[in-house]
Amino acid sequence: MRLTYPDSIRIIRLPCTGKVDVIHIMKAFQKGADGVYVVGCLEGECHFLTGNLRARKRVEYTKSLLDEIGIGGERLEMYNIAASDGPRFAEVAKEMHERIMALGPNPIRGALKRKKAA
Amino acid sequence: MIVAERKPIEEIMGFIRDCKRVLLVGCNECVTVCYAGGKKEVEILASALTMAFMKEGRELEVKEVTLERQCDHEYLEEIRKIIDEYDAVISLACGVGVQFLAEKYFRTPVFPGVNTLFMGVTEERGVWAERCQGCGQCILSQTAGICPVSRCAKRLLNGPCGGSTRGKCEINPELDCAWQLIIDRLKELGRLDDYETLIPIKDWSTERAGGPRKLVREDLQ
Repeated sequence: MRLTYPDSIRIIRLPCTGKVDVIHIMKAFQKGADGVYVVGCLEGECHFLTGNLRARKRVEYTKSLLDEIGIGGERLEMYNIAASDGPRFAEVAKEMHERIMALGPNPIRGALKRKKAA
Repeated sequence: MIVAERKPIEEIMGFIRDCKRVLLVGCNECVTVCYAGGKKEVEILASALTMAFMKEGRELEVKEVTLERQCDHEYLEEIRKIIDEYDAVISLACGVGVQFLAEKYFRTPVFPGVNTLFMGVTEERGVWAERCQGCGQCILSQTAGICPVSRCAKRLLNGPCGGSTRGKCEINPELDCAWQLIIDRLKELGRLDDYETLIPIKDWSTERAGGPRKLVREDLQ
């Protein structure tokens, strides 16, 4: 298909989104990620039956946690895309890239830079 | 198990506002099972607090430890060597653990990271419900194994009140009437005679009404 999507996105491969835990997402933000989105299979299509449904619930919980600490839950999102749906994957990547660009950098990024420099 | 839930981050932040180094102590027992204060929750809270401090332009060093239990001396001893290095401790154990830790380490401020709710069961994944209030005089033998002290809103001991409607409690239409459950099970067990036997006035002095309780077993001392 040779579709293009923003190069700001770094893909972390997992066997199933059911593997995603709250702490994985939190660590990504703690390390300075400006946004995170979890892409799972379509609902009802999970090879492990409920992995993607569980992931969505964890993402929702993590969003509330990010809101609580002022990082902002809108920096995190869950999408369901069929493995064969390349165009939708590229579209979502663009959508998320634009959302994060509008939100600006992770609020702790400055502190992380200062820590690194010290 | 003792069921608890995490306190809001803002409240926890308030406790440690002036701290630079904090020891975050989880518990491997009840609070692990109810996902409130086990190793995983310690990790998540440590990450959340670190980020919340960074966002305010401050630095917080968080050390994570999860003990087997916080209601026993021997496990609490495991942090004796390191506790003085920290400005405060946040304990994710139930209220019992928080207090025992505070009692043991008198000079270090100890703050609770969870709200302790009740003694209960896991009804289904993510759903916990109260089953015991530790009244000190168990009457489950007469009530078909269903406790009216913890499950009846009025703690009635001899049958339901007038608010029991179609098996539900008047305080909440989703809450089962404990006495309906008791009668249903007694019927099933063929023991409805138990229902006819009056339960005498309960001595509440063995519950909280008698002040803080203590149990001494000399054979174990």
